[in-house]
Amino acid sequence: MTTVNPADPTEPAASSMPPGEPPPATVPGVATVHGVPVRREALYFARRNKKLVGGLAVVLAFLALALVGPLFVADDPLAYVGPPAQPPSGTYWLGTTTFGQDVFAQFVHGLRATFLVGIVGALIAGVLGMVVGFTAGYRGGAVDEILTMVTNVVLVLPVLAVLMIIAAYLQVRNVAVQAVIIGLFSWPWVARAVRAQTFSLRSREFVDLAKLSGAPVRRIIFTEIAPNMASYLFMVFILLFGGAVLFAATLDVIGLGPTDGISLGLMLNHAKQWSAMNLGMWWWFIPPGLAITTVVGAFYIMNVGLDEVFNPKLREM
Amino acid sequence: MTLSVSDLAVHYRTTRGDVRALDGVSFGVADREIMGLVGESGSGKTTLGKSLIRLDSRMRHVGGTVTLDGRELPIGDDRAMNSFRFAEVSIVPQYAMSALNPTRKIGRMVRELVESRKIRFASVRAELDRRLDLVGLDRAVLDRYPLELSGGMKQRMVMVISTLLNPALLIADEVTSALDVSTQRAVAQALVGFRDHDLVRSMIVITHDFSLVYQMADTITVMYAGRLAEKAATETIVTTPRHPYTQQLISALPEVGVRYGGKRLSGIPGTPPSLLDPPPGCRFRDRCPLAFAKCVEEPPFVEVGPDHFAACWKAQ
Amino acid sequence: MARYFGRKLLIYALTFVLAVTINWLIPRFMPGDPVRSMVARAGLQTPEGVAAMREYYSNLFGFDVPVWQQYLNFWAGLFRGDLGVSLWAFPQPVSEIILAAVPYTLGLLIPAILLSYWAGNKFGAYAARKKVLDNTVLPIWYVLTATPYMWLAILLAWALGKVAGIFPVGRSFSASLVPSWSWTFISDLISHWFLPFLSLFLVAFGGWAIGMRNLIIYELEADYAHYLGALGAPSRLVRRYAYRNAMLPQITGLALQLGVIVGGAVVTEIVFDYRGLGYLVLESIKTSDFFLLQGIFLFIVIGVLVANFIIDIVYVLVDPRTRTGMGGGAA
Repeated sequence: MTTVNPADPTEPAASSMPPGEPPPATVPGVATVHGVPVRREALYFARRNKKLVGGLAVVLAFLALALVGPLFVADDPLAYVGPPAQPPSGTYWLGTTTFGQDVFAQFVHGLRATFLVGIVGALIAGVLGMVVGFTAGYRGGAVDEILTMVTNVVLVLPVLAVLMIIAAYLQVRNVAVQAVIIGLFSWPWVARAVRAQTFSLRSREFVDLAKLSGAPVRRIIFTEIAPNMASYLFMVFILLFGGAVLFAATLDVIGLGPTDGISLGLMLNHAKQWSAMNLGMWWWFIPPGLAITTVVGAFYIMNVGLDEVFNPKLREM
Repeated sequence: MTLSVSDLAVHYRTTRGDVRALDGVSFGVADREIMGLVGESGSGKTTLGKSLIRLDSRMRHVGGTVTLDGRELPIGDDRAMNSFRFAEVSIVPQYAMSALNPTRKIGRMVRELVESRKIRFASVRAELDRRLDLVGLDRAVLDRYPLELSGGMKQRMVMVISTLLNPALLIADEVTSALDVSTQRAVAQALVGFRDHDLVRSMIVITHDFSLVYQMADTITVMYAGRLAEKAATETIVTTPRHPYTQQLISALPEVGVRYGGKRLSGIPGTPPSLLDPPPGCRFRDRCPLAFAKCVEEPPFVEVGPDHFAACWKAQ
Repeated sequence: MARYFGRKLLIYALTFVLAVTINWLIPRFMPGDPVRSMVARAGLQTPEGVAAMREYYSNLFGFDVPVWQQYLNFWAGLFRGDLGVSLWAFPQPVSEIILAAVPYTLGLLIPAILLSYWAGNKFGAYAARKKVLDNTVLPIWYVLTATPYMWLAILLAWALGKVAGIFPVGRSFSASLVPSWSWTFISDLISHWFLPFLSLFLVAFGGWAIGMRNLIIYELEADYAHYLGALGAPSRLVRRYAYRNAMLPQITGLALQLGVIVGGAVVTEIVFDYRGLGYLVLESIKTSDFFLLQGIFLFIVIGVLVANFIIDIVYVLVDPRTRTGMGGGAA
């Protein structure tokens, strides 16, 4: 389940900050996302930051496994291929389930599904959040009021409850649909954070200059404001990805996962349903959970590393 | 009180090496003297001000001593310095506008601060009220949150707090930079008033605004690239500056009442050297119109006239 | 301040309306004859069950009545407290079933939230000033917060329940016992409660600790902290101010995390077969008992909104700036 919902980024911390610098968005449970871009030295420090490099390496390793793995195993991870309830062995690297399905095959296919959900969900939520945030922050006034109201409503809504209802009524659910739904509900914190950043940036001189030269609003946002928030947006995406993965896993476990195919969360669901814990079949439920934890954790660590790269104050001497 | 700084060196540690922000600075401040400390951004003046009271986490005391009334100030030792802070040496910082805790009423914060220094608030309460009157703040301000005060009011509040225990030395770092002209005047007058009423013995006023120190200070010290360039009484330094940098600084100032139809304001071409790896010898050498062969050797900061110090071979 | 609360209430009212509307709308988007497919999906055997469901849905959809009236009828039923009759536990009314399960869920949620919040903030603040501690525990907290709630639940169930045999796994109390105030029951209850509680606690704790650590670091670098230090204030005072200031975003964060933690509780209960709302959710999904599911949904929504409101009140009490009418006050 996602822990990626931040505290209000525009509030109390603002007073002790120097004017002009937007307050950092705090994501309880994960990170403080600062909005100070330091691009020149970024690459230099990025390569040397252990957290960033380490986290990225882990993510890429899993991604590679997700992309390449399914090519080496049978097409249908749900097929009954071997003797049931076997511990890991030479033939079945992660053993088999109570029905004799290949756990490793399920694992790599599930990994793929997980990445898919993460990317699509993060993209949707990110784009949605940014559009709302930019518009609200840039336009201000009535537009801002309405958008903020909408954001707050979606924010307060207990997402799991809503998703329960929606998913329960849907006849067919696949990974893509799941990703879309997750994306549609994960954007509020992004909108808030982007709005706060936009507010602080839009009163800067270079924006005034762009306005004076008659540039259209969309162009101003894309060429003046967004690049200054690039580092911030990047980190937002990373957090969104982690959140989407966690969320999807939670839905899967309740039984609201994809009706076809397999995912890491579904593996956990099946393991629970068929008493893998009681039967001591650790190879069934430990790998998927471990994979989720590792990937999401790697993303969070990457985020901390990125924060250090972009915000010199946090770097260790 | 007497302050004596001898060969003080403070560096900033960075990932690319040590930035030699203060590289061997020596001067003295006499009792009841208001010394103006001027220089461009990066000259080291704020570092100097900070190192006299509290080094921040990146600063390192690399050498030299500071003596206050005959006692050496343990500036490198954060704990030992605590007994001097607030009571003997105090500061009105550059960030005075945001120096007050935003979620505490001002009066309560002052009380907690004072009590934490083992002083009973009741004993300073009357004095606090008097100071508020002195700077023109309503006593009700103690019952407000910093949010409710204007920039100028917060500045004056911080001035009151910092001088509450009658420090021997007050460091005023860029106190007027963010203010409008009339408030600047009020603040400057208040500061001088503190000295005149013996609430503060001596003061170091750090600023890049030469005209401000001309109004306020008894002596003016000019800093350049981590070293002192010149120090003299205000009138002296303005009428007969001996260091080429000071001369150029002063001629770069517009004069009131003079029209610049025919004459152009002269600036100083070039930029100060990097303090990460400064060049040997006089640091102003590259921009100095009077530079000659000997300038590759660092000129000492010596007396070139009565109470007039300069670091220039040509000035001697 | 009236404006602040007015805004909040408006948002909560809107949210509630939105939630109920979604609840009402979704079944209507299903293709085909919704009533028949609902009944078919439920797979009920008893004619009474089928008839009741058919009647409920016919009322619900009320095809003889205009759409807006169907909507209003739904609301009317809501305010009457009529959440329908459960299919899974026919003929028990939904509200009864939910109310029976709620104490167990709250018994998990409230201690877990309060303790993890308190402990997380304390330890996070501590780690912010002790670098040594920070370097060792911070990675652990990241791992904790990255752990999906139900996976930790599964791990604990397996490791401490099955393998070590310390705690029982499954159900909220032994099948042989009946709820009572006797010591046997209570101790049995606690032993069943402990692992789910621990699971919720650990994941949430990691999150709060990291958040607080970051906030405290930020506060300790603020101008007021530097000023106090320059005036020789002991770090005790600065820390006290920093902690107080850092708590404000954390309180707002609590409101935002509520939905998440409730979700975590649901999945944790599912893993442990703990007979709270989570268990009901699973059962209602498995048996397509939509009445029950909808009832739980509405209950959760109301609960979260009420909790949010309480937190808003707490926030106003804690942040003095909201009372002066300036600044503060998270929307």
